[in-house]
Amino acid sequence: MLAEILQTLPQVLVDGLALGAIYAVIALGYTMVYGILELINFAHGEIFMTGAFIGVAMLILMTGMGWLAAMPAILALILVLVVTSILTGFMGVGIERMAYRPLRNSPKLITLISAIGVSFLLQDLVRFITEYKRGNYILTGPSMFNEQFAIKFSSISSSFSDAFFKTSTIILIISVVLMMIGLDFFVNKTKWGMAMRAVAQDRETASLMSINVNKVISLTFFIGSALGGATGVLFAVQYGTIDPYIGFILGLKAFTAAVLGGIGNIRGAMAGGIMLGLLEMFAAANLQLLTGGIFGAEYKDVFAFAILIIVLIFKPEGLFGKAVTEKV
Amino acid sequence: MHKLTNKLKGNKLAQIILLVLYVLVTSLSLYLAQASVTAFLLLLFSLLLLYYTELPDRLKWVIAGVVLIGVIPFVSSTGPGYQSYMEVATVVGIYVAMALGLNIVVGLAGLLDLGFVAFFAIGAYTYGIFATGQAANFMPFGDFPLSGESFWIFILIGCFVAALFGVLLGIPVLRVKGDYLAIVTLGFGEIIRIVFNNLDKPVNITNGAMGLASVKPPEIFGYQFVYPNQFYFIVLAILLFVILAVRRFEYSKIGRSWKAVRENEIAAQSMGIHLVRTKLLAFAIGASFSGMMGVVFAAKQTFVDPTSFTLLESITILVMVILGGMGSVPGVILGAAVITILNLQVLTEVTNYLNQLSLNGVISFPEALAPAKMQRFIFGAILIVFAIYRPQGLIPAKNPVFDEESLKEGSKKHRKEQITVEPDKGFQA
Repeated sequence: MLAEILQTLPQVLVDGLALGAIYAVIALGYTMVYGILELINFAHGEIFMTGAFIGVAMLILMTGMGWLAAMPAILALILVLVVTSILTGFMGVGIERMAYRPLRNSPKLITLISAIGVSFLLQDLVRFITEYKRGNYILTGPSMFNEQFAIKFSSISSSFSDAFFKTSTIILIISVVLMMIGLDFFVNKTKWGMAMRAVAQDRETASLMSINVNKVISLTFFIGSALGGATGVLFAVQYGTIDPYIGFILGLKAFTAAVLGGIGNIRGAMAGGIMLGLLEMFAAANLQLLTGGIFGAEYKDVFAFAILIIVLIFKPEGLFGKAVTEKV
Repeated sequence: MHKLTNKLKGNKLAQIILLVLYVLVTSLSLYLAQASVTAFLLLLFSLLLLYYTELPDRLKWVIAGVVLIGVIPFVSSTGPGYQSYMEVATVVGIYVAMALGLNIVVGLAGLLDLGFVAFFAIGAYTYGIFATGQAANFMPFGDFPLSGESFWIFILIGCFVAALFGVLLGIPVLRVKGDYLAIVTLGFGEIIRIVFNNLDKPVNITNGAMGLASVKPPEIFGYQFVYPNQFYFIVLAILLFVILAVRRFEYSKIGRSWKAVRENEIAAQSMGIHLVRTKLLAFAIGASFSGMMGVVFAAKQTFVDPTSFTLLESITILVMVILGGMGSVPGVILGAAVITILNLQVLTEVTNYLNQLSLNGVISFPEALAPAKMQRFIFGAILIVFAIYRPQGLIPAKNPVFDEESLKEGSKKHRKEQITVEPDKGFQA
């Protein structure tokens, strides 16, 4: 059994890393908003999904106009990424303005309900726009970056088999790493980042220190949503087919990742995302083997949720978070 | 108009007369103009009017009983739309009971549960497995499927099993609060659905995604319940029990401790409320209503499969509670009725109408925009609008206020007159 697991391990690692990178960036969005507003932005998964749709729509449009053939694919991707992230960024700001800001002083339950509302609204909105335009809400983008590579693990030891991956996986991982480094730099080294950390610490005191709290919150939503939207495009390029309902479950898992790493903690979210991606891929590949065929790969989501529940119960502050004592 | 309402206020006789007139007119129009959805809905609306009259509570119950048991089944019985009306009424009843269950968890105890439909699924599968041949796969003894007469016992069994799962969910969940609780319950709901979806191997318990077909219909003394008009009365009976139970709970000691926990956990705990027991009871009782209705649902549909128990269903029930007013029993009933009718009747009717229009070439109407497909959009909009503008819902919850002086001296009758109500402040802060 061990030999079989080892055999597939390289492939599992590569796939898990790609998926984990996606989780990590979405988890960043959750963590940033939670760090500042203590609100689970349920709509974040939907922003990711909208980003994927905007990206694919642009790619299809560009193919139709012949631009995609005319320019290098990587340039086209960067263009799409930039435009999509700006659009979803403003969308995030808009959502905050409409659905969260009026509720800033209401009980948490109400804000959460409004967030669920936004998420449902977006799902159907994207569904019917796509269905209206294309006749079908499941969208397949133009294929890009499909060259296969192999890492020759088998030459290291015969107990491994080769791992295969596409160019898009490399692009995905590189862009995600760039985004994360950029965000880390922004939050820790710039003036705006300092303002964000100040607001996260204590909103009222920050406002006394001449920080425009509303502006900072808008900025947080902008950055989080822009990252989410860009990840959506990368996801669509990597996996090809998207539908309006991918955002919710993916968002939920990204939230699990954020909790795993300690919600509110940006580096924790990155680590949690990668960890969850690897764990999930490992479970999907080996669950059947490990349980003697009783549980198959279809239980991998159960696995993710079980991790969430266990972490929340035994270590609610997450693996990298600090425990917070509640004020009475 | 203002004058008229002023005149009506306080004049009970006039209110009765108006109400009876209203019921008569709407039932006549339903009786004569068969298959008229509007008339049916207007007739149901009379119950809301009844709620707003100033009649004594007991009389209100009697009138409501007459309308529900006598008038509605009778006047709709002669036409071709009979079964579809009764179907709608039955489904409304099922959802009302579930929404009342969720109302205990969310509205009274303040625990946001996003996986509530899981308990419904548990109830449905409990009956579904034993009332089909499915149970023979893992039960070496006994003769399956059980006969339809076991349905009546299974209502209780479904209630207990769901309550048990409520407690099982509650135990780990008790350590998390607020948003985390919402996510954990959501995860629980998904886990239950995935498990039911895949539990066809190694032992075939739920028959996986294929679902359980031809569930035995309920039976009593050889009389089989097959049609919606027969289920209507079963649902009505259970619903009556649920409403009575909920009202009792709300004003009992446990109901007050739920509200205390909702307002401030730590303060409630320091006043001597047993937090664990209180929360677990909320989960268990809420779940048990849902479990009972799950059994009825399985028997009514004669088919159970995992697609009936998705997150959308959980959110639907949540929307009912929010729309009606968290913590308010009449509100939740209204919310459940409105949402169910919207889903089952209004949206499909409007869709059909629009399709007809585009068939006739009056307007061109894209298939993608069909109102029947817009459920999520509508629910999302309702959630946002109500969260922002009216978090207390259509009929806000009210708390009875007792006057201490009169309690000390007065007789029971006297006391009753002194009870006034004031809005429940819980969700308006």
